[in-house]
Formats: sequence, structure tokens, C-alpha cells
Amino acid sequence: MSTASMEAALLLAGILFMLGLISVLIRRNIIFMLISVEIMLNAAGLAFIVAGTRWVQPDGQIMFIFILTMAAAEVSVGLALILQIYHQLKTLNSDAANIMKG
Amino acid sequence: MELTFYIAAAVAILSTIMVITRYNMIHALLYLVVSFMAVAVVFFTLGAPFMAALEIIIYAGAIVVLIIFVIMMLNMIQEDVQREKEWLKPSVWVGPALLSAVLLAELAYILLGANPSQTEALVAVDAKLVGLALFGPYLLGVQLCGILLMAGIVGAYHLGRQKKKVIHRFLQERSAAA
Repeated sequence: MSTASMEAALLLAGILFMLGLISVLIRRNIIFMLISVEIMLNAAGLAFIVAGTRWVQPDGQIMFIFILTMAAAEVSVGLALILQIYHQLKTLNSDAANIMKG
Repeated sequence: MELTFYIAAAVAILSTIMVITRYNMIHALLYLVVSFMAVAVVFFTLGAPFMAALEIIIYAGAIVVLIIFVIMMLNMIQEDVQREKEWLKPSVWVGPALLSAVLLAELAYILLGANPSQTEALVAVDAKLVGLALFGPYLLGVQLCGILLMAGIVGAYHLGRQKKKVIHRFLQERSAAA
């Protein structure tokens, strides 16, 4: 694979990250915001894989495994938080959660 | 291989756009699975087959199923889709989209404007190399990942637990009657 497609792969990671960023900014539903964070983490992992392929080293893939682990832990804690917010406020609107009344 | 990469990249971008524009959460999650599978194909063409398998198993398998279970627990109805449609007005999404597009344009300018390095053939980094490095110099990272997952489990259990409401039974009867 030529370097042109390395740059294309990095550009793909940038586009996916930007889509996740837009979604985090424009969505008001808190589950959609969590999904967008997953998209952004996935794009960052893609950039690491591209770098690992460019220098034929396994370090990029190892960093992707770490990102994967972090995403799994983050989504479980985030979903538990979403369940609590939904039970307390009866809505998924993230604007409704601006007061931490405990 | 080159053409496969570009097709998979196009599928990934299109399905991610569909994810961020859907009003119904289940539809968005199905497009998200397609997006993750397209990214897995990109990993495969980049010479990381083990990561492609992990992407499908963990992202498309575990994480999306977890989100689907939570959505099933929340009892979404048609009104929620309507409200989602009200929330996503053009006046809401035009500004952030334009600013993010400017950032992406800058990134593309930097990436494509750099002087290209030497062309090399693609060499796949297989699972054996990854495993040797993972349990060699990166052993501490693996243990930290274990601690992180443990903390995630404990935190999710603690946060997701329903607190028992302590209500006097007279009050309970009154609220049931009302």
C-alpha cells in the first residue's frame, strides 16, 4: 500500500472524528452523545493502527487494544449513569441534568 | 486492496453520517454496527487482521448490544422520536457543523500538504507480534487495563443500583389511592 493511501486512512480517521464531534455538539439526547464518544474513540484507534502499519510496529495495535478496553469500561459506567439520570429526571435531555441535586 | 480500502472508507463515512442524523435510536445503532464493520475492513486492508476481529467482537458485538439493552430498559416510544426531531433543528446543527468542518479542512491541508515519504509495500503486523509485545514491554499496561475494567464493573454496579425508597406504609397507601 502506497503512502497516498496512508494519508487517505489518516484523513478517514479525521473525518470520522469530526462526525463524532459534530454529533456530540448538536445532539441533546444523552445516549446519542455516548454513541458519538464511541465514534470518536474508534477514529482515534484507527489513527493509531495507521501509524502502526506505517512503521510496521505492533505498538499501534497495542494502543488500539488499550483504547478498546477503555471504551468498554467507559460505556458501562456511562450507561449506568444514564440509567440513574433517567430514573431521577424521567428524561434523556442532557440540559435537564444541569443541577446535581444528588 | 487499494480499492477495497476506498470502498470501505466510503461506507464508514456514509454510515456514520446516517448514525448522527437518525431520530430513532435503534436505527442509529444499526447504522453504527455497519460503520464499525466498515472500519474493521479498513483495519484488514491496513494489515491488522487481529484488530479487525477485535473491532467486530468488542465494538459491534459487546458495546452496541450493551447500549441496545439500556435502550430497551428505557421504554422509548414514538413521542421520543418526535421530540428528537424537534431537538435537531437546522439552527442547532449548522454552527457546530461548520466550525468542525473548518477544523477538518485544516487537518486535511496539513495531512495532504506534507511532503510524501518514501513508498513502501504493505507489511501485515500479525497477532503473534502483537501478543509478544503486549505481554513483553507492555505488561504493565495490561495489568492497568485489568484494574480499569475492575473499576468499571464496580462503578457500573454501584451507579446502576436502584436505591430502595423508604416510604411509610400509610404514605404508600395514600399515594396508591391518589
